[in-house]
Amino acid sequence: MLSSVRSLWMVFLKMFKKRVTIKYPEEKPYLAPRWRGRIVLTRDPDNNERCVACNLCAAVCPTDCISLQATEDENGRRYPEIFRINFSRCIFCGLCEDACPTYAIQLIPDFEMSEYNRQSLVYEKEHLLIDGMGKYHGYSYYDQAGVAVGVKPKGGGENESEPVDVRTLIP
Amino acid sequence: MNETLAQILIIVGVLLGTVTIAAGLIYVERKMLAVWQQRLGPNRVGPFGIFQVLADMVKIFFKEDWIPPFVDKKVFVIAPTIIMLSVLMSFAIVPFAPGVVVADLNIGLLFFLAMSSLGAYTIVLSGWASNNKYSLLGGVRGAAQMISYEVFMGLSLMGVVLLAGSFNMTEIVNAQKGMWFVIPQFVGFVIFLIAGIAETHRLPFDLPEAESELIAGFHSEYSGMKFGMFFVGEYLGITLVSSMITVLFFGGWLGPAFLPPIVWFLIKMFSFILFFILLRATLPRPRYDQLMSYGWKLLLPLALLNVLVTGAVVLYNH
Ligand code: SF4
Ligand code: SF4
Repeated sequence: MLSSVRSLWMVFLKMFKKRVTIKYPEEKPYLAPRWRGRIVLTRDPDNNERCVACNLCAAVCPTDCISLQATEDENGRRYPEIFRINFSRCIFCGLCEDACPTYAIQLIPDFEMSEYNRQSLVYEKEHLLIDGMGKYHGYSYYDQAGVAVGVKPKGGGENESEPVDVRTLIP
Repeated sequence: MNETLAQILIIVGVLLGTVTIAAGLIYVERKMLAVWQQRLGPNRVGPFGIFQVLADMVKIFFKEDWIPPFVDKKVFVIAPTIIMLSVLMSFAIVPFAPGVVVADLNIGLLFFLAMSSLGAYTIVLSGWASNNKYSLLGGVRGAAQMISYEVFMGLSLMGVVLLAGSFNMTEIVNAQKGMWFVIPQFVGFVIFLIAGIAETHRLPFDLPEAESELIAGFHSEYSGMKFGMFFVGEYLGITLVSSMITVLFFGGWLGPAFLPPIVWFLIKMFSFILFFILLRATLPRPRYDQLMSYGWKLLLPLALLNVLVTGAVVLYNH
């Protein structure tokens, strides 16, 4: 009984506290840099697409909303021919970003994606691809490892050793 | 002739005034709940959102008024009107200011108790007619709750009647010239307050319509303006109980002369309405058996004791 009266008084005092509401359309809320929002596909420092169409993001996605089709350019570099994310199904869990070996797919702090038409929520590659590096600057997958696709000679990556001549025994 | 005209004016004034206040409470409640929860509340329609009431009304008028095929049609339609009617009838005996009362009955208080008992029919009938198990449960709960809380609601007022020596509301107010009855009748006041909340089935005593267990209880099946009737009926009930507390325990229109009597009345009434909203913002809903045992095992004996002691004191002083 007394505790009820005490809580009545405490709730009454809330009247004089600062409001916590953010008047959204007029005031924008603060979004943390690692906020999981709209998904983008980024490019590496040489302005090539980072995505190598490995399909890991599509495989890990719990709602199966990513679909892509891999292809290769004249150097043998893999890239997605189409890359499609259905944002009406995406739950912004960020698993695709975690799965991606090349930092290609990234979630950015933007949630204002409302559309009148459901079909408009299906983003194609040209909507997803941006011209920058996103959250990870200076990272290029092919500089680290991977097959030679015109970026570096065979075995020239930072984490690779020179190719071994298998036809000789001399070290 | 003038007499009749004045009477008609009072009737129309009271009717319009109370219904307007009840409708305005939609906004007041939402705003105050927000204030007490550190939010902003309605602020889109008009300055400070005061036209929210209009928006809500327009919305509720344009909602489809749907009668489900499985309900008992006649009762289903009649049930919501009863609460509006009985509460509005009760306002007839509330003296807002000297002379401003629709019917100065010599048994005013009994009339109020009778009308508030009629309000129980709304819940029972709508719960029954909806032909839905949640509604039925809500109706049964409502009936049990209202009947048991009515018992000591009446008893708690007997102290006031003993002190004032009358059932007439105007005389009760006049009897408080020296001292408001809240001081000698503090126990009666607390019991009446609790019973009043239970009568209007407001939080924390909103078990008949407990959303989390019974969807919306007795009015689950209602839509459109029929639902609006329940809504306005509930707000009318709050206004009524607040004005009854004002009249019975806080000296009605009495107050220092620098403000007109009606203003004093409204100030007191609105503070109690705000208190009701504060209760809603604070307290959780008790369990149903707790509610019942609280009523019968604690408040009823307390009310009886209060009557006994008051009677003894009045007799002794006589
Ligand atoms: S954020 Fe989650 S749901 Fe959305 S595309 Fe990535 S993995 Fe799928
Ligand atoms: S975005 Fe990343 S994970 Fe998805 S296919 Fe491209 S490289 Fe693989």
